[in-house]
Amino acid sequence: MQTATQPHSHSHDHAGHDHAHHEPGFFSKYIFSTDHKIIGIQYGVSALIFLLFGFLLMLAMRYQLAYPGQPVPVVGSLLQKFLGDDLAKGGVMQADLYNSFGAMHGTIMVFLAIVPILFGAFGNYVTPLQIGAPDMAFPRLNMASFHAYFLGGVIMFASFFTPGGSARSGWTSYSPLASVTDLVNRFDGQTYWLIGMVFLITSSLLGSVNFIATIIQLRCRGMSWMRMPFFVWTQFITGFLLLLAFPPLEAAGIMQLMDNLFGSSFFLPAGLVVNGTALGVSGGGSPLLWQHLFWFLGHPEVYVLILPAIGIVAEVIANNTRKPLWGYKSMVYATMSVGFLSFIVWAHHMYLTGMGTKIATFFQTTTMMISIPSVIILTALFISLWGGSIRFNSASLFALSFLPMFGIGGLTGLPLGFNASDVYLHDSYYVIGHFHYVVAPGTMFAVFAGIYYWFPKISGRLMNETLGKIHWAGSLFFMNCVFAPMFIQGFKGMSRRMYDGGTTYFLGVDPTALSLNKMITMSAIALGLFQLPFIINFFYSIFAGKKVHSDNPWNATTMEWSTPTPPPHGNFTSEPVAYRGPYEYSVPGSKTDFTPQTQKP
Amino acid sequence: MSDHSSIDSSGHEAPGNDSHAQDIAGHINTYMWIFGSLLVGTVLTVLMYYVDFSSMAMTVAVALFIASIKAFLVAAYFMHLMSEKKLVYSVLLLAAFFFTGLMGLTLWGSFDLPTNSIHKTSYVP
Amino acid sequence: MEIPYTYKARPDTGLYNAKVGIWLFLASEIMLFGALFSAYILLRVSAPVGFWPETALAWPRGLLNIPIGTFNTAVLITSSVTVVMAWASLQMNKFNHFRIYMVITVLCAFAFLGIKSFEYNDKFSHYVVQTKSGKPVTGHIEVNGKHPRFWNFSDQWTLARLTAENVKEISVAVDPERDEHGHVKSHSNHAHENRTIATDDIQFLGSYTPATHPFFAVYFLITALHGLHVLGGALVLAYFAFPGAKMWKDNPQQFINRIEVGGLFWHFVDLVWIFLFPVVYLL
Repeated sequence: MQTATQPHSHSHDHAGHDHAHHEPGFFSKYIFSTDHKIIGIQYGVSALIFLLFGFLLMLAMRYQLAYPGQPVPVVGSLLQKFLGDDLAKGGVMQADLYNSFGAMHGTIMVFLAIVPILFGAFGNYVTPLQIGAPDMAFPRLNMASFHAYFLGGVIMFASFFTPGGSARSGWTSYSPLASVTDLVNRFDGQTYWLIGMVFLITSSLLGSVNFIATIIQLRCRGMSWMRMPFFVWTQFITGFLLLLAFPPLEAAGIMQLMDNLFGSSFFLPAGLVVNGTALGVSGGGSPLLWQHLFWFLGHPEVYVLILPAIGIVAEVIANNTRKPLWGYKSMVYATMSVGFLSFIVWAHHMYLTGMGTKIATFFQTTTMMISIPSVIILTALFISLWGGSIRFNSASLFALSFLPMFGIGGLTGLPLGFNASDVYLHDSYYVIGHFHYVVAPGTMFAVFAGIYYWFPKISGRLMNETLGKIHWAGSLFFMNCVFAPMFIQGFKGMSRRMYDGGTTYFLGVDPTALSLNKMITMSAIALGLFQLPFIINFFYSIFAGKKVHSDNPWNATTMEWSTPTPPPHGNFTSEPVAYRGPYEYSVPGSKTDFTPQTQKP
Repeated sequence: MSDHSSIDSSGHEAPGNDSHAQDIAGHINTYMWIFGSLLVGTVLTVLMYYVDFSSMAMTVAVALFIASIKAFLVAAYFMHLMSEKKLVYSVLLLAAFFFTGLMGLTLWGSFDLPTNSIHKTSYVP
Repeated sequence: MEIPYTYKARPDTGLYNAKVGIWLFLASEIMLFGALFSAYILLRVSAPVGFWPETALAWPRGLLNIPIGTFNTAVLITSSVTVVMAWASLQMNKFNHFRIYMVITVLCAFAFLGIKSFEYNDKFSHYVVQTKSGKPVTGHIEVNGKHPRFWNFSDQWTLARLTAENVKEISVAVDPERDEHGHVKSHSNHAHENRTIATDDIQFLGSYTPATHPFFAVYFLITALHGLHVLGGALVLAYFAFPGAKMWKDNPQQFINRIEVGGLFWHFVDLVWIFLFPVVYLL
C-alpha cells in the first residue's frame, strides 16, 4: 500500500477505496475486521447495547425497591414468562431475581459496558489516530480481543436463562456465598459468570498488551512522550492497570470455578454449614483470599473506569476553552501516581473483614495518598477553564458537568477510605451513592462528551445540538435526583442489600428514608426517558445529520483531526509528523486560534 | 515505508553476518554451561529434600535460594535479560513490584488480626 | 501506511513490536502465577494443624513422586536449551540445525505432558483412608476388583458412595511408612502391602484430588495451568518448525524474531516450573 506518495485526498466517500486491490466482504469487513476503527465501532455498539440492558435491569430493581411486592409494570409478564415462577411469580420480582439482577447490573455495567466503551471503543478508535499510527501494533490480536469480549458477553447474557437464574452473589461474587448458592446444580449462573469473566479478562489482557505496545512503538515521528495528548496518556496507564491487576482475578476466578465444579476448597473454610446441613467439603480454604484477589483487581478497575474518562474530558475541555490544558505535565505525572498507588489501596474495601489495626492503617494511608494526585488532575482541569472563551456545545456541556460530578464522587469517597467512618457507612446506600457519582454522572458524562465530540470524525456528520442539550440537561438534573438522596439514606443506616427497599427494617422508624425510594425510582425512570433524545439523535445523525465541511470541524489540534473523514484503512494519507505539543490553542501571534500538531513550524 | 530507512539503520544486523556468527558461537558455549548448571541445581534441590534441616523455614529458604539461582540463569542468559533494553527492565520491575505487593500485603493482612479482647467479650450473636 | 517496526527495531526503544508485546504478556503472566503462588502460601500457612489426617502436619508433604518430578524438570530444562539453540542456529544461518532443535523441543514438551498425565492418573486412584480403629493409611485402592481411573469422574469413590452402593470392603496397596516430615522411613518395607479395610471401619475416604485437600487443589490447578502453557507453547513452536518456516525464505529477520519471541515464552514456562517443582514436590 504505497499511499505515502499520494496527495491528501478529500474525496470522503471513496477514502477507503483508494487501494481497491481487495474489496472485503461483509464478514471480513464487519465481523473479522482487523482495522482498529471497525473494532472500535464494534466495541462501541456492543457496549452501548449492554449499557442500555444494564440500565433496564436497574430500573426493574428500582421499581421493586419503591413498590415492594408489586408486579413490575410493562415487563412483569415477560419476566415471568422467560424466567419462570421461581424468580418472577405474577410479574413480582422475587428476592432471588433481585439478587441476580443486582449482580448482573454491576457485572454488565463494569465489565461489559463501561470498560469496553472507554478502553475498547474510544481507546481503539482514537489512540492510534492521536499518535499518528496506521493501526494497532497487533491488529489480529485486537480482533481476537473483541471476539473474546463478545463471547464473554454472550455467556453472561445466556446465564439469565440457566435453571436457577444468573449469578446472584453480587458483582464481587464473594466466597463462600458464591459457591453455595446452588448446591444441586453445580453448573449454575455463578459458573456461567466465572466462565464469562475468564473470557472478559482474557479480552482485556490481549487488549492491554496491544495498547501499551502500540503507544510505545507506533508513535509517529516527532510524537515524543510529552507531546502525546492527555487522552493517550490515560489509555497508556489504564493499559498497565488492566495488564497487571486482572491476572490475579483470573486466577481467583479459576479457583472459584474449581470450588464450584470439582468440590475443592480454595475459599471454603472447614465446618461450613449451609441451611442447617454441614457442607461436604474438605474445607481449609480462606474466604478472605477471594476478597484479596478480587479487590486487587477491583480497585485498579475503579481507575480503569475513571482515567480514560478524564482523558476524554481533558480533550474536550482543551478544545472548547480554546486554551492549552493547564499543567499538562503535572496531570501526566499525577496520572502515573494514581496508576501506581491504585495497586496498593485495595483492602480499604475490606475494613470490616476483621482486619488488624496496623494493616488497616496502612491501607487508609495509601488511600488518602491516592486522593492527592486525583485532586491534582481535577484542579488542573478546573484551572484550565479560567479565562477561556468556552464554547457551550453538547460535548463541552457534558465535559464541564463531569468536573463537579466527579468531584462529588471523589470527595464522598474519603469517609469510606477512613476506617473509622467506614465502619458506619460500609455496605450502606452511601457507598452506592458514592461510586455511582464517580461512574454514572462521572464516567458516563465523559462517554457522552466523547461520543458528541468524535462522532463527526467517525461518521462524517455532526450530531444535533438541540437534542444534545436536552439530553444533557435532563441527564444532569435526574442523575443528581437519583444519587444524591442515596447519601441521606446511607447516613440513616439503610443497607444496600435489602430487596424490599428497607420496608421491614425501617417500618415506622424513619419514613423519610423510605419515601426517598419512590423519588429515586421516579427520577431513574425520568433519567431513562431523557436518554431517548440521545438514541434518536444518534441514529438520526448517522444517516441524516449535518455533514461536516472539513476534516476538522471543531478546529482541534490533535492528530485524529488531520486524517480524512472517516479515516481510511491505514489512517493517514501521508506519514504524519508531530511538530509541537498537543494543545497549542490561541498561540499569541498565530493567525488562527489553533495550531495542529502536524502543522510545520 | 522507504522513508523510514534512515531511522531504522540501527536495527538488527542481517543474519549470516560473519562477526555476528562468531558472537553466537560464543553464546552457545555459555548455553551449554548454563544447561549443566541447571541440571546440577535440580539434583541439588532434590538432595536438599533428604537433608534434615532443623526448621521448616530453613528448608524453604534453601530450596527457594537454589530455585532463584536457576531462575536467574534462565532469565539472564536464555532470555537474554543480561543485555536487554531499558523498557523491558521497567516493565518487569513494575510486575515484580506489584507481585511483591500482592503477596506481601495479602499475607500481612491475614496475620494482622484484631487482638483487642473487647471484640470477644462484648460480642452478642 | 503500513504498521512500522513489525520486525525492525524502533530506534528509541531498540525493540520490535512483538518483543514489546511478549514482555508485556509475560509481565501479566508473572501476576497470574504470582497470584497462584500467593494463594498457595496463604492457604498453607493458615491451614489448621492436624488438617491432613496422615501426619500431625497441617499440610501434607512428600505425596508427589519425586523421581518422576525430577526427570520432568530435566526434560523441561533440556527443551529450554534446545529452543535457545534453535534460535542461535538461525542466527548462524543453519536452518537444518534449527529444525532439529525445534523438533527436540516439541518432543520434550509432549514427553513432559505425557509424564504429567501419568502422574495425574496415579493421583486419581491414590486414596487416603482414615479408619475408626487405627492410624490412617494411604495407597492405591481397589473397589470391586477395579482401580479408579482419572478420565472417568464417576470412578471416584467416597465413603458415602461406598455405603450407598453397598460395598462391604476395599483393598488398599499401602504406601511405605513416612515420618512426620513426609519422608519415607528408611527401615520401612518398600514393597506394597495389601490390606483389606471394611467399609464399616472407614471414617474418611478421599482420593488425591482437589476435593480432598487444598494442597491437591493448588497442585492440580497450578500444574494444569502450567501444562496448558506447555501445550500452547509446543503447538506454536511446532508451527514455527514446519508450516510457519516458509517465512525463513521471505523474511529471515522476522522469522528469527518469531523464534526469539516463542523462545521467550518457552523459557518463561520453564521458569515457572523451576519454582513450581520445589514448592509442590519438595517443600
